[in-house]
Order: sequence, then structure tokens, then C-alpha cells
Amino acid sequence: MHGFLGPNGAGKTTTIRVLATLLSPDGGSAQVLGRDVVSQANEVRRRVSLTGQFASVDEDLTGRENLRLLGRLYGYRGQRATRRADELLEAFGLTEAANRQVKKYSGGMRRRIDIAASIVVTPELLFLDEPTTGLDPRSRNEVWDIVRAMVAGGTTVLLTTQYLDEADQLADRISVIDHGKVIAEGTPGQLKASVGSGALTVRVLDPAQRPAARAVLERVLGVEVREEADPSALAASVDSTGPVTRALTALEAEEIALAQLALGQPTLDEVFLALTGHVAEEQDADEEGTA
Amino acid sequence: MTIEATRPRPQPEVAAIRSALGSSERPPAPGPLSTSLTFGWRALLKIKHVPEQLFDVTVFPVMFTLLFTFLFGGALAGSTTDYVQFLLPGIMVQGVIMITMYTGTTLRTDIEKGVFDRFRSLPVWRPSALVGMLLGDAVRFTISAVVTSALGLLLGWRPAGGVTGVVLGVLLILVFAFSLGWIWTFLSLVLRTSASVMGVSMLVITPLTFGSNIFVDPSTMPGWLQAFVSVNPVSHLVTAVRDLMGGVPVGSHVVLTLVWAAGLVAVFGSLTMWRYRDAR
Repeated sequence: MHGFLGPNGAGKTTTIRVLATLLSPDGGSAQVLGRDVVSQANEVRRRVSLTGQFASVDEDLTGRENLRLLGRLYGYRGQRATRRADELLEAFGLTEAANRQVKKYSGGMRRRIDIAASIVVTPELLFLDEPTTGLDPRSRNEVWDIVRAMVAGGTTVLLTTQYLDEADQLADRISVIDHGKVIAEGTPGQLKASVGSGALTVRVLDPAQRPAARAVLERVLGVEVREEADPSALAASVDSTGPVTRALTALEAEEIALAQLALGQPTLDEVFLALTGHVAEEQDADEEGTA
Repeated sequence: MTIEATRPRPQPEVAAIRSALGSSERPPAPGPLSTSLTFGWRALLKIKHVPEQLFDVTVFPVMFTLLFTFLFGGALAGSTTDYVQFLLPGIMVQGVIMITMYTGTTLRTDIEKGVFDRFRSLPVWRPSALVGMLLGDAVRFTISAVVTSALGLLLGWRPAGGVTGVVLGVLLILVFAFSLGWIWTFLSLVLRTSASVMGVSMLVITPLTFGSNIFVDPSTMPGWLQAFVSVNPVSHLVTAVRDLMGGVPVGSHVVLTLVWAAGLVAVFGSLTMWRYRDAR
């Protein structure tokens, strides 16, 4: 599984649309599984499958009808299409909802029916475009389980996401994209190493002590410490965990009481800051298509 | 809270997903006719789930027929019964042409919702999604034609061509409506919103239907309008349908209508498929 990581407007969706033959490239060429996306588009379509940012099944039809429709379009006949639809509904925990219109599904169910629709015929390559955007944490975990199961089953997946932890959870290799260009590529471990091991968040008990705490942290960690909007919070990027322990001891020596000290994964913003020198710019979703 | 936590929730089964992936076969690719019919089946399923979309095909023809028969009947032909003999084939054509325009807005909505992204990523004969849509619409057009005929019969319409003539007339209308549909599919791929598709469609449909021989004989019209009416394909269609339903020998109008239909498919079908490659 390969992850495409980037903020809104970075060109992830556009790239996927070109590779899935939904958009002609303005210039240059692209090959998928050794076939050209323009001159051998139908060959590509035969081998890949797409799960878009928005559930692209027909909302007016039921879950079963959607899967039967796709089954027939792939060449399953009558009974065989129905059996394949029921098999997929069962596997994705949608049997109970099979005869309900998709527009009445919850967000998580919609994402599952959409993924099920993409594997009516097992593709050689599956494009997953932001599969968990807008989902609650429980539904997100379900989608992750499904994706892991598909990868374990031998399907190659190209994932796009705005969330570093999603790419980290699922992908073997990650390409970071900004303004339509790949700016970094590697395993999740390599990428994280390039931005330091993590984000340190410190919250002091008494906001009046924050400037003192900041001075201590900057001295011990040797990096810039930022004051957050929360009047008691400080944040810093650290390269390794060793100095953090020393910082904790130093804060204690200065009698600065802490409400919280957390060492988390670097966020996408920090990855971007480290790789590009600018923060990820939020752009209108509309621009994403044209970027 | 406890209830929520203990209630079993249908879960996707990892093992079942793997087996579903493994048990998939790769059936031989279906042909163009088969995929078009499958897309037509989708249109019928949509009618089943959203029967409101039959509202326009039943109410429009009733409204038009009653309105125009009683509005013009006395003034133009002396009596409504006389006028309905002249008007009915034409009003049937107008009813169907008016509702072909919904094909465009439906397609626009499908594209906006991302449904067509999936269809376009399938390895099927490319026009089949659109052909299927238009085939599904043929059901709506037929309902419109049946409603108009039934109401006409109640108002005293007595087609001399009998059942055969009426059926042939309706078939010709369906062929023309199918080919006209490609204008709207093209517009919906060029214009960005359903509202603009609707607006431009009205601009095309209004002169096509009113600038024809549907309501009156063109002989009293000024020369420039007669010129337009005589080249308007809708006029050929209306004359052909009148001939078929009226049981008189059909002239060149049937052929001209079919030529127009073929031309519309050739031009707007090609334009549609050209835009379809990068539709968004």
C-alpha cells in the first residue's frame, strides 16, 4: 500500500483522477500497471477500481441494487450478480441495510458500500481517495480494518489522505505532495525521522509560570518553543525523546508544576513545515480539482 | 449508554472480506447492448424508488392538453372537438419534448454526486451509461404519450389511423425524443449547474415547440416565421405523427424526421462523448 499525503489543494485528487482515467493529463503521460492512461484507457479501467472522496454509488438505489448493477456491468449474469452482491453485503456487515436506499445510510455505512462497490471484481490496483474524511473515529477504524484486510488479501492500494496518522497506520510507503509535486517519499519511519520524533506539548498548572517554563524548555531542548493559544500551553518539535526526560527534571527543579506533558506524533502541519518551510495552506475544495 | 455498548453492531468481517476478494471471478466483458440495458434498468429502479419523477410526465400533458384545447379550440377551429383532432398529435409531441429536458438536469445531478465518476471508471462501452439513461426515459415518454392519448379520447379525439397509427406515431416520437436527448446530455456536460442546464434547455425548447405547426396551420404566419417553421424538425415530426395517427398516407415528413434524428445523434452524440472523457 502506497500513501499520497498532502493538504487540500495539493493535487492528490487530480493525480488519482488522471490515473483512474477520469481526467486527461494537461501534459506529460502516465502509465498504470504498464498501460498508458490515455491511449490504453480501457485496459487500465479493466484493472483498477476507484473509491472516490464522496460515496459514488447511486443514493436513490438500495445497497443491494447498487452492487447488482455494478456486478452486471462487469459481466455477471442475473443470479450470479445477485449472489455476488449478497456476498459483499455480508462481508461488509451491510446485510440488514441491503434493501434500504443508500441515501438513508450513515456515513460509515456509505463508505463501506462504496468500498464494496469497488471490489465487485477484485481490482489489481485500488485507488482509495480520502476514505475516512468526515467519518467518526469508530467508523474510521472500521474502514481501516477493511483496508488492512484487502491489503492482506493481496490487493495493491493507492491511498490519498490528509491525515499523517492514517498514512502511518496503513501505508508501507508515503509520498508527500504539495502544489502538485512530490516533495518527499519514504517509509512512514523515514518521513517522521526527517521531521523529528514528535511534537511535545506541555501544559503548566499556573499560566503565570508559562514564560519561565518556556525558558527552561528552550535551554534544555535547544529548540524553539512556541506559545499556544491556550494560555497555559507550550509546544515544540523534538528530535529524540532523551532531552524530554531531562526537561521534565529541569522543570521540576524550577518548581514549575505541570498539568500535562505529552509527546505525540508530528502533525501533518509539522511535516509540511519541516519539508517545505511553509505551513499547509488550506484551499477551497473547489480548487483541488484544478490544481 | 450500556445498551449502546452491549448491542451487537453489524461489523465488517475481515475474514469474509478476504474470502469475498478471493472468490471474485472475472466474467467476460458484457457487450454494448447488455450494458446499455443494464443502465436502463437503473433508470427504472430510480423511478421505482422516486415515483415523484413521474409527476411531470402525467401532469404536464394533462395541463397542456386541457389548456390549449379550451384556450384556442373555439377561436381557431370553431369547436374544441374539431380543434382536438388537429391539436392532439402535436400536443403529444410537445409534452414529450418538454420532458426530455429533464434528462440533462438528471445527468448533471448524477455527475455532481460522483455517480458518473464510478460509471466512467468501468471497462464498459462508453456511451452505454447515457444510452441507458435515455432508454429509461423512453418509459417516461411513453407514459406521457399514453396519458395524452387517453385524455384526448375523453375530449373527443378520434384518430382515423386506429391503434396501429397511434402506436406508430408514438414510436416516431420516441425515436426523435431519444435523439433530442443528446443535446441535453451535451449541455449538461458543458454547463456547470442544473439550473443553467434548465435555463438553456428552455431557450432551445421554446422556439422549437411554439415555432412549429403544433398549434396552428402556418399559412397565416409572416414569411420569416413560415421559413423557420418549415425547417423546424419538430414541424416534420408533428406532420408525420398527424399523418400516421390520422390514417392518411405518410409523405416525406417521416423520412425527414428520421434524418433529423440521425443527424442529432451523430452531432450531439459525438459532442457528448467528446466532453464525457473529462466530465466533471
